[in-house]
Amino acid sequence: MNPAVLIASVYVFALAAFLGYQVISRVPPLLHTPLMSATNAISGISLIGSLVLAGAKGYPQSAHILGFIAVTTATVNVVGGFGITDRMLKMFGKRKTESKEAAK
Amino acid sequence: MRMTSYFMEATYLVASILFILSLKKMSHPETARRGMFLAEAGMFAAIVGTLVGTQIVTWTWIIAGLAVGSIIGGWMAVSVPMTAMPQRTALSHAFGALAAALVGIGEFVVKGAEMGAVTRSALGFEVMLGALTTTGSLIAAGKLQGIIGGKPIQFRGQNAVNMIIAVSMVSSFIIFCIHPQFIAAFYSMLGIAFVFGVMLVIPIGSADMPVVMSLLNSYAGLAAAATGFVLSNNVLIIAGTLDGFSGFILSVLMCKAMNRSITNVLFGGFGAVIAEASSNVGGVMREISLDDAAMQLAFANRVVFVPGYGLATAQAQHAVRELAELLEARGVSVKYAIHPVAGRMPGHMNVLLAEANVPYSMLYEMEQINPEFSSTDVAVVIGANDVVNPDARDNPKSLIAGMPILEVDRAKSVIVLKRGQGRGFSGLENPLFFKSCTSMLYGDAKSSLSHLAQAVQHV
Repeated sequence: MNPAVLIASVYVFALAAFLGYQVISRVPPLLHTPLMSATNAISGISLIGSLVLAGAKGYPQSAHILGFIAVTTATVNVVGGFGITDRMLKMFGKRKTESKEAAK
Repeated sequence: MRMTSYFMEATYLVASILFILSLKKMSHPETARRGMFLAEAGMFAAIVGTLVGTQIVTWTWIIAGLAVGSIIGGWMAVSVPMTAMPQRTALSHAFGALAAALVGIGEFVVKGAEMGAVTRSALGFEVMLGALTTTGSLIAAGKLQGIIGGKPIQFRGQNAVNMIIAVSMVSSFIIFCIHPQFIAAFYSMLGIAFVFGVMLVIPIGSADMPVVMSLLNSYAGLAAAATGFVLSNNVLIIAGTLDGFSGFILSVLMCKAMNRSITNVLFGGFGAVIAEASSNVGGVMREISLDDAAMQLAFANRVVFVPGYGLATAQAQHAVRELAELLEARGVSVKYAIHPVAGRMPGHMNVLLAEANVPYSMLYEMEQINPEFSSTDVAVVIGANDVVNPDARDNPKSLIAGMPILEVDRAKSVIVLKRGQGRGFSGLENPLFFKSCTSMLYGDAKSSLSHLAQAVQHV
């Protein structure tokens, strides 16, 4: 790896870690389960690495097959993760209107 | 650089920003859902960018993978019940980690020979973490689902065996980094990492799962970040790091909530040393009839419900909400006290109650609710045990000494809903049950609660 690229990557890592700490420590315990499932879905971004492996130029058939499995599992995470997070957050959001109705 | 590559990099930058914004919006339940749409848009942009920006030669595997993955993921998203959320999350940690490991293996197969030492160590890190998280998460999911017994699996010399496995895994990793010609070192590292993941999780009991879940979450994220280093891909580094750190923060919070260190959870084998643990509290447990309990609740000013995992296993979330609504209609102030480790993953109990339409404004965290117990008339403990055990506060010899608890024993009276007289999950005796202010209501939580609701209506 080119040293300049490595240094840039380390910078990105360190800044992301710092930012992640700041942002995530503000998430209330109420939402910790959706948080975990959301960050999980987001880290399904390894899908983009898998896509390259599964179909890009310069990779042999064996890599394509490994890539296929990786694309599948990463997609399960992305689709399933976002879907379920949304289902949970919907439950936390709908309440205001409903309890108002109940109050009437 | 080709035009399409610039486009791809631009989508990655957009995706990174959207991911961070979406997590920022997670700080409030009202904005969280909109935040997730941003993350979804970011993900979509990154996928399109990748497909446009890389020279794709075969679409078969890509389309097949996306289709199969979407079907399984979509099915999971609509069908998994909220009680099974911990298993689902563990399973997706396994999937994410497996994807990272496979990308690493693929990169090694294709470009292993020309990699420098730095890339190789990032690759080794990625594959090692990916592999051990995959099997570890599968075991955790199995335990949570009940396929594998929830009790810790332990044997003599376990820590020594684990140590040997860990050392041989790390030495394979080091050999792989220094001597690229030893291809066997890479595969032995991979194999040992799979085994190590299993060994890491089998000695841990179900009650400690919130910590394990968070740790595995962290590992899965770091594996993705390492993938970013291997591919020199910034959006992977950013997303992976966010995931890794969120898991890390949650592990620390969960450990604090149990007053235990991470090493203690991983190697302590909780539950193995119960023998001399409990202070032998004598006395009798006082049983209360349904009608008396209903009477107490109906004429109280302030009631606090303390749900534990027992509530979820009894599927009593809706029953407790109905009872709470009846009490509120009578003018009783009702709150729910949520211990950080109530449930099998961080925040699990909140989700279970939200599903049963309990407004989140009624859910109180431990620090908020503890000062209020002294002015509470009735605290109703439903299927919780260790998190309300006053021994944690009063008895320095107790196994759970120092663990922060919900101080229900400060309430004027306590009603404990419990299946039977047996000890709880950890096997510890709970002095709360013998206090004069405490009365026990035995039976299945769900039917007890709905009977209570009926009785309250007739008061």
